[in-house]
Amino acid sequence: MIRAQVIVRPRKSIFDPQGDAVCRAIRHLGVSAVKEAHVGKCIELELEGDDIGAARAQLETICRDLLSNPVIEDYVLTLQPGDGK
Amino acid sequence: MRWAVIQFPGSNCDQDVFHVLKNVLGQEVDYIWHKDTSLNGADAIVLPGGFSYGDYLRCGAIARFSPIMPAVKEAAAAGGTVLGICNGFQILCEAGLLPGVLVRNTSLHFRCETIPVRVEHPLSRFTSEYLTGRVLRLPIAHGEGHYVADDATLDALFRHRQVLFTYSDLQGRSTPEANPNGSQRHIAGITNRAGNVLGLMPHPERASEKILGSDDGLGLFASILLSMKG
Repeated sequence: MIRAQVIVRPRKSIFDPQGDAVCRAIRHLGVSAVKEAHVGKCIELELEGDDIGAARAQLETICRDLLSNPVIEDYVLTLQPGDGK
Repeated sequence: MRWAVIQFPGSNCDQDVFHVLKNVLGQEVDYIWHKDTSLNGADAIVLPGGFSYGDYLRCGAIARFSPIMPAVKEAAAAGGTVLGICNGFQILCEAGLLPGVLVRNTSLHFRCETIPVRVEHPLSRFTSEYLTGRVLRLPIAHGEGHYVADDATLDALFRHRQVLFTYSDLQGRSTPEANPNGSQRHIAGITNRAGNVLGLMPHPERASEKILGSDDGLGLFASILLSMKG
């Protein structure tokens, strides 16, 4: 099997109100070294099979069409062989 | 004329729209379930407000893949009237029928109140019953109404008169305080380039009878009726 992880995060050019609120909260708690925070999503998938190249090709489409919106978000897709557990 | 009101799992303004069309305006209206693939010959289609698919992933991100959506896209491409209200606006953006996307309100607050909304111009099938600059009192109820697009898209929207509604104060001024969600350039409602698909965050169907406090929204539906007669 294959394990895939998709990190979806707001594009740098888009104001991220959640990230801004988190950043303010962290600073409020006294950690003033934190200058920026960005809140995204982590989506974990388990796939049948062991052809990582084929899985990547299929998942790139899913990442673009469903899991992220390219107008406001970037994504990073990583795949690795799973142990089947 | 015949209307279709699409029902997605999680739609919650479908009955309000149905009521206004049927009982206030005397129209023929069908509910169309999202798993249907035919619009039953509708002349105009409404994607109502709500929380389709629980707003999972992003608002409208899953609804855009519903079985009914190819028929909606086909109708839009053929010049049919498509109106997306609130969550319906979000779905139209995710489906690529309108440019841009709606993100979390800058304040992070869910805003539920009646606010002033300015009509930008009457030169559309959705606003012909209004005058330029008229300030409507319309309810909003959303957490993700902050319209985002790149500068080139925003410029084009204004240049081609696709912006029909903006947030303003009661005098029609676009002040920062009058913007309830941080929407870029105060955008509250836009059409596609062809002008037959409208998405807006305010709820005209909740302001279509005097007894509900405002009937300022009725003009939008009346404009569509007029365009079909013309």
